[in-house]
Amino acid sequence: MKSLFEVRNLNKKFGGLVVTNDVSISMAPGDRLALIGPNGAGKTTFINLVTGNLQPDSGDVTLGGENVTRLGPASRVHRGLVRSFQVTRLFQDMTPEEHVALAVLQREGHSGRMFGHYSGRAEVMDEVSAILDRLGLFDLRHLKVREIAYGQQRLLEIAMAMALKPRVLLLDEPAAGVPQSETARIEAALASLPADLAILMIDHDMDLVFRFAKRVVVLAAGTVIFDGLPKDVTQNARVREAYLGSYADAGSAA
Amino acid sequence: MVASLDRTIATPSFTRRMADRGVIGVLAILVAGLAGYLLMPNNLALLTQMIAVAMLVLSIDLVTGYCGVATLGHAALFGAGAYGAGIAAVHFGITDPVAMTAVGLLAGAAAGLVSGFVILRAHGLAQLVLSIAVIHLFHEAANKASGWTGGSDGLSAITPDAFFGAFEFDLWGVTAYAYGVILLAVVFLALQILVRSPFGMLARGVRQDQIRIAAMGASSHSVLLRMYVISGAVAGVGGALSAISTQVVGLDSLSFTLSAEALVMLVLGGTGSLYGAMIGTVVFMLFEDTLSAANPFHWLTIVGALLIAVVLFAPKGLYGSAAAFAGRVRRRPA
Ligand SMILES: Nc1ncnc2c1ncn2[C@@H]1O[C@H](COP(=O)(O)OP(=O)(O)O)[C@@H](O)[C@H]1O
Ligand SMILES: [Mg+2]
Repeated sequence: MKSLFEVRNLNKKFGGLVVTNDVSISMAPGDRLALIGPNGAGKTTFINLVTGNLQPDSGDVTLGGENVTRLGPASRVHRGLVRSFQVTRLFQDMTPEEHVALAVLQREGHSGRMFGHYSGRAEVMDEVSAILDRLGLFDLRHLKVREIAYGQQRLLEIAMAMALKPRVLLLDEPAAGVPQSETARIEAALASLPADLAILMIDHDMDLVFRFAKRVVVLAAGTVIFDGLPKDVTQNARVREAYLGSYADAGSAA
Repeated sequence: MVASLDRTIATPSFTRRMADRGVIGVLAILVAGLAGYLLMPNNLALLTQMIAVAMLVLSIDLVTGYCGVATLGHAALFGAGAYGAGIAAVHFGITDPVAMTAVGLLAGAAAGLVSGFVILRAHGLAQLVLSIAVIHLFHEAANKASGWTGGSDGLSAITPDAFFGAFEFDLWGVTAYAYGVILLAVVFLALQILVRSPFGMLARGVRQDQIRIAAMGASSHSVLLRMYVISGAVAGVGGALSAISTQVVGLDSLSFTLSAEALVMLVLGGTGSLYGAMIGTVVFMLFEDTLSAANPFHWLTIVGALLIAVVLFAPKGLYGSAAAFAGRVRRRPA
């Protein structure tokens, strides 16, 4: 299958610390990839590098055959590369409805309109309502973000990414901070997305990872140590060592 | 965790909808305008100047309150409008007041584009310093181009035509004041539409989190630059009104002092709200007028004390704090 999204030999150092070490990952349309690894492995940094929030020291990112390494984050979003944030980034005094509406209007090229209210277009509002409903946020749509629970803010984070209709979707720990009872919503929402969308998800919840992923990549200390099928990952010696190592470190630090 | 779910959301009340559409604001401006005329009939020149400065403060609110760009150079946009209207009248014979206002609007927008282009290169403290550099450059340019601007003597002999050939710009300033009130109402209505629009939402988003804005595929820089141009147009209309009503334009309209005072008025009234900008202007300028007459030496001390009190005890400004208080009272269960 031809690759839709390709990262080649990506490198990044923070001072002396190697955070991304020659990472290459490619994804085809329809991929469901889980990126896992101990805390501090460089997973979030990887997303920041491919979305343009950080500049790599070397390496290339291509999207649909086009090299986007030198483009800014917004230009990559226009080309269909969309992310969510591990730590929620929302507008505190806006409502969920305003967030999703702004994302839909932006996608349609209407976010610069200087007159009329966002709710003025029926087809936009239908789509906004459908997205909010899918993530269980419809009843909260008129509350300010700062008035809703953190778990619901996490769901809104995903709703915004979905509203942009990406070709490649990068989710940074979408379920972190979401109560167990609500993670099913995330899974159902992801399942409802177009089949040809490529999704990369970072998460620590292994049950979720195994239900979601057709492929797993394990990152440890900035290096890809495993890239293969979910059923093989737990048996892999290097993966076990990486996780045990980090748990041992955490144990000794505590 | 879904405690708030049971709070049913009714459709917004009639007053809320009217407020959103700016109807209440426009009515308030017209009523306040009439009250000013009845209460201070001998001070219409001051009231007209207050309206002109209110437009400057509104224009600062657009970039500072809504978009989060701090600036100490915004009088450059106001002064550009004032000189634009004045030069049009003196050198080009454009003496129709509405045409002069239009020239002021365009000159302000152009100045907004130029200073936005410069100021938005930087962030934070460097941005503030650039804004100060901009106002000094504008000031110096107007000073040097004395053939056009009258230099430090100011540009005088601006003689606007009668309105529609009927209403003279009289000695008492009734015509200029009425024109100012109408202009302010129109500007307010336009800005109310703007801040409620998708673009207005985007602007508020830019203030809060530019990384999120980029992750949505929008360009903060483009939003900010467009807002600077709009802000310049608003300040330019204020400058033109000032030129029309006082019939002179001086270098003080392009000064750092005016920039800083206007920012103080905004903070006093409350940033991020059109009402806050207007209320801050009125309170500050009324204070300035009464106190400087009563005690010309210490009025700045009192203004300073007032400002400290507002920043410490009502950090959202007079209007912002009052609105927040009203909101709390309304939400309290009966
Ligand atoms: N902007 C930064 N500057 C310096 N170090 C950073 C920065 N961002 C992340 N790091 C470091 O890089 C390492 C990887 O971080 P991160 O990518 O957030 O890991 P993960 O998401 O896998 O938990 C960590 O040691 C972290 O402290
Ligand atoms: Mg992370």
